[in-house]
Amino acid sequence: MSTARPPSTLSAARTVLYKELTLERRAPQTLTAMALFCASAFVIFHFALARNEVEGALAAGVLWVTLTLAALLGIGRSFVADREEGGLDGFLLAPAPRISLLFAKAAALLIFLLIIGFFAALLFSVMLLGPTPDGAQWASLALLILLADLGIALVGTLVAGIAIQTRARDLITSILALPLLIPLLIAVTKASEPLLSVGGGTLAWRWLALLGLYDLIFGLLAYALFDYLIED
Amino acid sequence: MSNTLPPNSGYVAAAYLVFVAILLVYVVIMAIRAARVERELTELLAQSQERGAQTAQNETSNA
Amino acid sequence: MSTTKNLYGRRLPGYAIATAVVLTAAIGLAFFFAPIEADQGFSQKIFYIHVPLAIVTLGGFIFGGIFGIKYLRSGESRDDLRSYTAIHQGVIFCIGALITGCIWAKASWGQWWVWDEPTLVSFLIIFLLYTTYQPLRFSIEDPERQARYAAVFAVVAGVFVPVNFIAVRLAAPLIHPRVFSNSGDSLPGDMRIAFYTALIGTALLFITICKYEMSSKHSRAQLAALRRSIGGESDEPNAARRAAPRVAVR
Repeated sequence: MSTARPPSTLSAARTVLYKELTLERRAPQTLTAMALFCASAFVIFHFALARNEVEGALAAGVLWVTLTLAALLGIGRSFVADREEGGLDGFLLAPAPRISLLFAKAAALLIFLLIIGFFAALLFSVMLLGPTPDGAQWASLALLILLADLGIALVGTLVAGIAIQTRARDLITSILALPLLIPLLIAVTKASEPLLSVGGGTLAWRWLALLGLYDLIFGLLAYALFDYLIED
Repeated sequence: MSNTLPPNSGYVAAAYLVFVAILLVYVVIMAIRAARVERELTELLAQSQERGAQTAQNETSNA
Repeated sequence: MSTTKNLYGRRLPGYAIATAVVLTAAIGLAFFFAPIEADQGFSQKIFYIHVPLAIVTLGGFIFGGIFGIKYLRSGESRDDLRSYTAIHQGVIFCIGALITGCIWAKASWGQWWVWDEPTLVSFLIIFLLYTTYQPLRFSIEDPERQARYAAVFAVVAGVFVPVNFIAVRLAAPLIHPRVFSNSGDSLPGDMRIAFYTALIGTALLFITICKYEMSSKHSRAQLAALRRSIGGESDEPNAARRAAPRVAVR
């Protein structure tokens, strides 16, 4: 009988993450849906706002509302495959530490959100954005997308973990995630506004601090509470 | 004291009225629940007395 | 088996009487003792009902989170019931705070809703979050899982409250003057007495209603147990889906 040690948290997380990414690579449902959603949303905003170009606070709002709603699609799909095809039960039977599921799912969601975030930002700059950000502003925007997506990934995985065991999965995901994401959205839209304005501006440190605080707090919360969600 | 109400007294009254209204709605809900509990207890009491009478009857017919 | 110690309705009459006395005193103080405020005039009186409702709401949600933590560690259904009741009543008090806040905004600013008042906006966001508590519970059938997930929610939402306040406050325009300038310790003495009395009265009201709710649920659970034992039905409690926690009969 093998006396192999149970996998460490990190290696278990890496394995599950690899599984998530492989699944998506073979059948890219989630990424495709999120990307198409972003493109359609920009078209809708063009007609709804009756504008060819947006800038400043309006641009920040359009971009981040689109990204948030696209994220909801990704969050909704997060645990579905595991639940429907017994992957969750399989994971529970394995000797892996349960918290590794949180790391893996959050990392997978983060990767998807980053891909979509940069895709949407580029698309947005072509389709709807008036002013052209310079290199420094693009770099700041990239940092914002990274921090915001980290927060969305953490909150999203927590909410998905709660919602997957309910009967009204999609409803619960949306109504639970959106209010929780409001502070993050406040910070990221306020921070993006000067980067997308005519004449340009720089990143204000207070919003970065708020984003960092948000990510830290919800990261700790997810870490502390996730085990209670995955008990059978 | 002047004879006219101070300005904006309508809004102040409305705010306190909202508070009282919510409380009264709660009282109504409490009352409905209390009535239901009383009704069920009456039914249970009747049932229990019936069973008691039946048990007594069975005992006398067995004796 | 000692049952009197576990009654939810213990000391309930005392709390109810205290509530009635203190709240009546508070309203009397607000209208007959506290002076009329210079800037806002008579409509400032709404402050004595709106702010206590708001503060007690926050207290209720925080206690909901604390009992959520207790439940996760202990597994005692009493803690789940306390968490549920605190949040349930907190939502109702939050509705009261929002409505009275809107009335105050209308009286002060002529508009039913003002985005520039960060506290009111924060309360709206918190309200939106906590209204998902009941649908969440209702959508989970297994009672133990329902209680556990509800407790997780209560903790997350409880932590969310201060984060939300910080974020909304940071986003408020710096130039715009605060609408509700008299809050907390910047109050003159007479107003302070009236305010704190109102605050204590509202807190007592919250506690009284929570105790009543728990006692009432317990009584109905006992009634159901009695019906089962008299009617000779099986031990299975009614399996209909419900959001409220099942009360253990003592």
